[in-house]
Amino acid sequence: MRSTSTTAAPGDPVQSTVLSVAQLRKSYGGTAAVDGVSFSVGRNEIVGLVGPNGAGKTTIINMILGVLEPGSGTIRVGGVDIAADRSRALQNTNFAAVYAPLPGNLTVVQNLRVFGLIYGVAGLRARIDALLAQFELDRFRNVKCGVLSSGEQTRVGLAKAMLNRPRLLLLDEPTASLDPAAARDIRARIHDSVAQASTGILWTSHNMYEVQEVCDRVLFLSRGRILLQGNPRTLPGEHGKESLEELFVTVAREPLSLGER
Amino acid sequence: MSLTRTLAVVLRQAYLIRGSFSRMFPLFAWVAIDMVLWGFITRYLNSVSASGFNFVPVLLGAVLLWDFLVRVMQGVTMAFFEDVWSRNFLNIFATPLTIADYLGGLILSSIATSAVGLAIMLALATTVFGLSFLSYGIMLVPYLTILFLSGIALGIVGSAAVLRMGPAAEWFIWPLPALISPFAGVFYPIETLPTWMQYVSAMLPPSYVFEGMRAVVEGGPVSLEAALWGGCLAVIYLLAACWFFTRTYRYAVRTGLLARYSAESAA
Repeated sequence: MRSTSTTAAPGDPVQSTVLSVAQLRKSYGGTAAVDGVSFSVGRNEIVGLVGPNGAGKTTIINMILGVLEPGSGTIRVGGVDIAADRSRALQNTNFAAVYAPLPGNLTVVQNLRVFGLIYGVAGLRARIDALLAQFELDRFRNVKCGVLSSGEQTRVGLAKAMLNRPRLLLLDEPTASLDPAAARDIRARIHDSVAQASTGILWTSHNMYEVQEVCDRVLFLSRGRILLQGNPRTLPGEHGKESLEELFVTVAREPLSLGER
Repeated sequence: MSLTRTLAVVLRQAYLIRGSFSRMFPLFAWVAIDMVLWGFITRYLNSVSASGFNFVPVLLGAVLLWDFLVRVMQGVTMAFFEDVWSRNFLNIFATPLTIADYLGGLILSSIATSAVGLAIMLALATTVFGLSFLSYGIMLVPYLTILFLSGIALGIVGSAAVLRMGPAAEWFIWPLPALISPFAGVFYPIETLPTWMQYVSAMLPPSYVFEGMRAVVEGGPVSLEAALWGGCLAVIYLLAACWFFTRTYRYAVRTGLLARYSAESAA
């Protein structure tokens, strides 16, 4: 399952970086939701963004998607500054999130057509057919999304997210509402899809098993800051923990013990 | 601005209307009921009036033109509300879609839906009640244009208000035309109004349409300057409405309102 790609290291050429976030900040009132976050995602790289509830994960994703303006900092997608040319940056981006299902009053194929036009997908009919086959949605082609099960809706959301063969894919807890078998199936489909398209993925999850399985690199977020980052398979050992879940619990409960200022 | 992205918004609305009786029915039902109701009222007034004044072009024509404006406005707001009702802001605005694309889509959707209403009204008013739009002459074109632009502007302002105040603000938007109609002189000359209301009327593009329409029907002089001024006002309001929507959208992006729209507040 795990990608064999390389992790983008500081100093990598811009061409291999699909997402570059620098000194990102966002405050609500006097409270910092995101406080000076910097990271990058490389091509073919899956980066996990994990942290306790309220750590700032979804805020970061919303800022990358252009639906939330940063207080300060820069976001570049494929070298394009989202503040300067939001439309062009988002042309190569897509996302799927459990809290943003596609409109339930449109059928699967209608939703994919509408979003395919918005993203300007060439050969849209063939692309939709291919995605319906890939995500085993053919029999739901003319079914309204609102009557599909959670797992089916997740697959439709992922098919939408793959429509434009994005260079950057943002997945906010894509398997949160799925049973373990369906979640494993979804992970495999995502992995197959992105391997073909040289996509970089930012993946949030509360499932540490999932993060360990799919991510090349993990960023631990606490109180709006990146506290730790590294290989999810070696990071627990580096901090004297037996598992990523144990490390997560420590980050959530005792961030100061891990070096938070 | 991208035509393909704009057409995507229109296509979405077409899918929704095509597959839904509750969306299709109001496109023609309420305007048809209005035509029938006011058609019989004007017939009755013609029968009891000793003056021989023909109420059909003045009253029924006014209702038709006013309903056209309302349908245009609702064409915009209905298309916008679809995104509110399906909680689709995150999906739709986290794409390359620009505000110009989006508003263009709402306007094109409104042209299509209001054209259906206009056609139904014209068919009923002319065939059943003998309203002849030829009696308005060539001025019908600028009058419809002014009402169309005003309806679009009103719809965009209403959509911006709902974007800013949350889904519950929808109930402020539906009565907006009723709030304006007394000042617009839909059924009576502007000079009937008290002076302060006349000042408000002077700022409303539809008031120039209804004053002009009455002048045409009564065979009086038609003021081209007034129609031109009404048209200029309508264009100004449309540009101001687009500016207002863009400002509101930017506010929603800056404060986090767009990302947490169901909370109806950025705080």
